[in-house]
Amino acid sequence: MIFTDFNPQKDKVLRIIDNKGKVLNKELMPDMDDQTLIQAYRSMLFERVADEMAVSYQRQGRMYTYPPNYGQEAIHIAAGMILRENDWLVPAFRELGVMLAKGVSLKEIFLYYKGNELGSKFSKANHVLPICIPIGSQFLHAAGIGYSIKYTQKDEAVFAFIGDGGTSEGDFSEALNVAGVWKVPVIFTIQNNQYAISVPVKNQTNAINLAVKSMAFGIPGIKVDGNDFFAMYVAYKEALAYARAGKGPVLIEAFTYRKGAHTTSDDPTKYRTKEEELEWDKTDPLNRLKLYMDDKGIQYGDEKKLIEAYKQEGEKQFAEAENIQPYALEDVFKYMYVDTPDDLKQQKEAYEQFLRWKEHKQ
Amino acid sequence: MTIVQAINNALDIKLAEDKTIVVYGEDVGVEGGVFRVTEGLQKKYGSDRVFDSPLAESAIVGAGLGMALSGLRPVVELQFDGFSYPAFNQLISNVSRMHNRSRGMYNVPMVIRFPYGGGINALEHHSESPEAFYAHIPGLKVVIPSTPHDAKGLMIAAIESNDPVVFMEPKRIYRAIKQEVSTEKFSIPIGKANVLTEGSDVTVIAFGAMIRECQKAMVMAKDAGISVELIDLRTIYPIDKETIRNSIKKTGRVIIVAEAPTSFSVGAELMAIANEEAFLHLEAPPKRVMGFDTIVPLAQGESFYMITPDRIFYEIEQTVKF
Repeated sequence: MIFTDFNPQKDKVLRIIDNKGKVLNKELMPDMDDQTLIQAYRSMLFERVADEMAVSYQRQGRMYTYPPNYGQEAIHIAAGMILRENDWLVPAFRELGVMLAKGVSLKEIFLYYKGNELGSKFSKANHVLPICIPIGSQFLHAAGIGYSIKYTQKDEAVFAFIGDGGTSEGDFSEALNVAGVWKVPVIFTIQNNQYAISVPVKNQTNAINLAVKSMAFGIPGIKVDGNDFFAMYVAYKEALAYARAGKGPVLIEAFTYRKGAHTTSDDPTKYRTKEEELEWDKTDPLNRLKLYMDDKGIQYGDEKKLIEAYKQEGEKQFAEAENIQPYALEDVFKYMYVDTPDDLKQQKEAYEQFLRWKEHKQ
Repeated sequence: MTIVQAINNALDIKLAEDKTIVVYGEDVGVEGGVFRVTEGLQKKYGSDRVFDSPLAESAIVGAGLGMALSGLRPVVELQFDGFSYPAFNQLISNVSRMHNRSRGMYNVPMVIRFPYGGGINALEHHSESPEAFYAHIPGLKVVIPSTPHDAKGLMIAAIESNDPVVFMEPKRIYRAIKQEVSTEKFSIPIGKANVLTEGSDVTVIAFGAMIRECQKAMVMAKDAGISVELIDLRTIYPIDKETIRNSIKKTGRVIIVAEAPTSFSVGAELMAIANEEAFLHLEAPPKRVMGFDTIVPLAQGESFYMITPDRIFYEIEQTVKF
């Protein structure tokens, strides 16, 4: 199995195609028909277009702080293709493509970053948790969901995500440890995009890589070229099979690069060079997939037209996000508890009284 | 039953009736908990329902949240008050917020229970009263029983609550009080205080292990001809303002008794309630008889810290004389 063939202690990396889209490892190349491949390409492109639109809306002042996904699409789309209807997604906050694949709508994503919690109430997505901002804490939720799955003997698995910085948090280690002890079906992914805001991985850990951390918890770990769609696909496929066989959790380090800023409030020129960015540009996941398809003569359509169509779709969904009912005072209070305490009701009433006074005064 | 037995009985009843309930924490399974609250439950319900977790409080609570989001109703134990803090981030950042964060898509039917309070000559970190921390977190409910009967009824209500409940157990009186408690299922509503004794001169508000100390002080008060109304809060949050307000309006005087450090405490909240809700009825300044703003001393110094019946009586007398 690939998890034993690619020993993270020796810093082995699972890679199937190179930066020019040439196949490096024929044996591991997944058996995938052209249609599926074209779909993967389109999903990656859609994520990229949607992501660019989100950044642009933020720049226009029509959305608030947003964390871009640019450059990490191969991980997201590969996971999204392996995830099944009832599998769980436990995101951090840079997993746009996986969330879309699970059925979260772009409207909901936009709505959230327009400052409305309603964007985290997914109307069509099953088994997806809202994004989790306290770094690393979501990994424990994934372990707990894994316990539920095992306890109820359901054929489900959990896909959980964290960043490279998150691996320094205690909850990262606690989650891998407890998931290992309980042997729960959780696929933990570290999106190692090289930076935790401004801090490079070398300042997070003295370990040879991040996948190797799995070994301390007695669970399989693998470092994968996160910008290689095929490698990510194969890793997820095997990880899911492992989880479904009841063997327990796995850890995948997806080695990638955050081409955008940490969030729209961040300025990467303060901590990394143009040269470095250009070097990583050569590994761009979308480009690599296209080069592969070009090489094989697979027709994936007119990209400009596709982008145009995706933009129109994005604009439509943004308009829907803009046209929801205005945020009401009631919305501040009514979801704090299932059974709302009188205190909250009284605080709301007192504020309403103030509003009536204000109206009367004007 | 003792409080230990009453909570065990509540867990037993709920485990038998609802297969979605799981009980775990450090030493909870084979040993039955360091205070034996879960004794015998693993044998009866199996090690997939009652079990030992690794020694990691954040994991206990964080994984519990995951379970609660996916159809289970976890009742987790943190071994001591002073060891609840590693789980604080999960409680304040996730457990308490998931219902709001997801606009009601997810509920968190989860109980986080731990023993609290001093008076047992314990090591550092084993005598603390952190109820104010948890009561201050929007999204949590905080319950503290004072008797075996209440412990059982409130625990059943906590397990049945669809909101997360922090359930703090007064370890000092875990086995000190024996009471007839029905073995049938019953629950006591969360959010309602209990007027234990009606009186007319002064209201004393307390909870947990301090109730017993107040009752001893009331014997002295009675001898001195002072009529005390004793309120057991039972629930710290949501706090029962109505019962508190009505009592203070009646007596015009209020004393709050609790073990936690005085400043920024539940006592501070009760002072605020007295002022906001019964200002014109007050005949004396509200008084707090609470812990010093210090660490609970180790055994040799602990008697200075712990609140005794005579100290409560002294404050009752001062307040009535004011």
